[in-house]
Amino acid sequence: MPIQEKEVAWIEEPELNFWEQTFLPAVAGGLKVAVKHTVEQHSVTQQYPEEKPDLPLNYRGVHRLNRDEQGRVRCVACMMCATACPAHCISIVAEDASKDWPDRDKRPQSFVLDELRCIFCGMCEEACPCDAIELTSIYDLTGQTREQMTFDKEKLLSIYDQTKDNPRDPIRTHRGRLGCASELERQPLSATAPKPPDALRAKKS
Amino acid sequence: MATVTVNGKEVSLGEGERLNCIQAAKRAEIEVPHYCWHPAMSVVASCRMCLVEVGDKKPDGSVAMQPKVVPGCQTPVKDGTVIVTNSAKVKQAQAATLEYLLLNHPLDCPTCDQAGECFLQDYTFKFGHMQSRLMEPKELKPDKDYIGDQITLFTDRCVMCTRCVRFTREISGTGELQVINRGSHEEIDIFPGMPINNKLAGNVVDICPVGALCSKDFLYKQRVWWLKSADSVCPDCSTGCSIKVDQNNETVYRLKPRENPQAQGHFMCDDGRFGWKYIHSDQRLKQPEMSQGDRRVAVDWDTALTATRNALKDAATKNPKAVAAVFSPWMTVEEAYLLAKHLKSLSSDVRLALGPVRVEGQDDHYPKDVRGNAQEKIKFTIRAEKCPNRRGVELVLQHFQGSIINIGDILGDAAEGRIDTLYFVGGDPRGGLDESRAVALAKVKTLVVQDILPSPVSARAHIVLAGGSFAERDGTFVNHAGLAQGIKRSIRSPEEARPDGRILWDLSGRKGLFNATVFRHEIAREIPALAALTAELSCSGVLLK
Repeated sequence: MPIQEKEVAWIEEPELNFWEQTFLPAVAGGLKVAVKHTVEQHSVTQQYPEEKPDLPLNYRGVHRLNRDEQGRVRCVACMMCATACPAHCISIVAEDASKDWPDRDKRPQSFVLDELRCIFCGMCEEACPCDAIELTSIYDLTGQTREQMTFDKEKLLSIYDQTKDNPRDPIRTHRGRLGCASELERQPLSATAPKPPDALRAKKS
Repeated sequence: MATVTVNGKEVSLGEGERLNCIQAAKRAEIEVPHYCWHPAMSVVASCRMCLVEVGDKKPDGSVAMQPKVVPGCQTPVKDGTVIVTNSAKVKQAQAATLEYLLLNHPLDCPTCDQAGECFLQDYTFKFGHMQSRLMEPKELKPDKDYIGDQITLFTDRCVMCTRCVRFTREISGTGELQVINRGSHEEIDIFPGMPINNKLAGNVVDICPVGALCSKDFLYKQRVWWLKSADSVCPDCSTGCSIKVDQNNETVYRLKPRENPQAQGHFMCDDGRFGWKYIHSDQRLKQPEMSQGDRRVAVDWDTALTATRNALKDAATKNPKAVAAVFSPWMTVEEAYLLAKHLKSLSSDVRLALGPVRVEGQDDHYPKDVRGNAQEKIKFTIRAEKCPNRRGVELVLQHFQGSIINIGDILGDAAEGRIDTLYFVGGDPRGGLDESRAVALAKVKTLVVQDILPSPVSARAHIVLAGGSFAERDGTFVNHAGLAQGIKRSIRSPEEARPDGRILWDLSGRKGLFNATVFRHEIAREIPALAALTAELSCSGVLLK
């Protein structure tokens, strides 16, 4: 839907009052901060690696591919992440899934993510319509060869298995509701299609 | 002259022209959304997407509008017709129609192949509501297991426009598809055991405005927004269907027909649609080769081209009657001109022949009746002559030589040892000279073969020049009716292979780069029969006089 004129709110910059126009309160405020930092003595340096950092919940680390209720890869190979990715680090080959999984049309045959190319912007996570790809809080990623840093489907699923119980990496997938890392409180209900009754699907096979 | 007013904009109709509201609005550059109407098929006015307000301008200048919206596809326009497509009433009707069509649509765009070129998406974005008000669960019909070898049907995505059903009844005439059940239980299906496997079946995928009918060949291969298209011409028969070649990262994924009333109309056949796989064959000739003793070794282009140029020059100086060239009907006009001009400049006694023109069976006309015989009014023809440019190459040969020498004469002379040097251009991906005929070339002392795939001829060659397929070349094809259409390069040739135009350009020692668009000027000036070739061929081509 293109943005309608009525949906646009124009905001004017507030006018400065007399004191604001002199900039003196702002200068004083700046000096106050500088003096505070000079006087305060406690250290802010973290002793990494002995001490692990306390990362925010929306930290964007290594990716994982989530599993659905039946343990299958949740990804439907729609390639929205590969489209959104500004670094072109995701390559997916799709295949027909309807033979094995009657409730699904499409699944990834291969899903390869080049962690060296990735810039950890989180666009893939944002683009994903089925919350299959997520960024975890794993930040200390190392490898000895380029191949080791190219993660395939199995590797990305194993990161899910590794991190799913970590309270820092909550599974954000809740039908109709996104988790704490998202600013959205609710997804539009109309975007999710209900599954056809099992009786209808069973006829297919 | 009849004048029609569309949203206050006046458009004039030609003499005797019969348009409906959609076409008249299109002429005024106003889009009237529609699903079921297709210019090549009958009108059913069932989708209700093209509802517009229509009225009449009276002689006194007043306008009398009809009280309700009417389907634009079914309403012919005449002098004084007034069409309104942007009133609140029309917008409301369009939004309501879309909301209704989307009620039971699964909205599985992420997994749907049509997403990105789907009219349901486009129209919803332009004319529809943002949200559905449906509270009940959607009624989704199960997909069909099998309806044809190339076609798959996702029943739940269908909007029941019945374009596909009308296509099989009116264009292919085979009538495999039908609507079963009634009301909200309507679905498209085949009669049990009668799948849709006719030679035009692939077109139902193109005409389906949503993702219900998909091509098994293309299914899940690419997202359509990654594809880059180049206008081209199908090389698989002399009909010369206008097509688009869709590629991404140097890989062709599909061919689609492009509307061209001068060439084939709106459609193309499955032979052409799925017949391009040889482009990416492992067997392709990928680098120039020369024989050294008994072996053939890969060489670089400079070596191969210099050797070829010298061999031709020496032979033409010594005994020009023993030098010949075989032109392929797969060559473009530009390539044929380059080679013919170069050889005739060496000596006017060099003989130029037209290579094997593959003809398979009879012309196949559509629509067919129930017995498989063609009906009287022909709407599509798959021609028996399976090469794209016999006429173009013949015109070039006639210009340089007056007459066309048959390949049989050349083979006969070669068998008797009267030909020392032969430049043979192949290009036929499924044929050319078979082993029994290629044996005749054994006595040729220098055989230069320019081809894309190995063949009995290239096996005997002393110099092999690896050429390009139709998707890798620029040039002009002239179809059976004398319609000259441009083909544009869409991918690079594999490895060291080069497009034929470039090979021949370098071979004839011309400076700079081969550029078909510029080069057409020279051909049009020199060959009167091809004078109609302008530098920039329009996308629908030009008929040669």
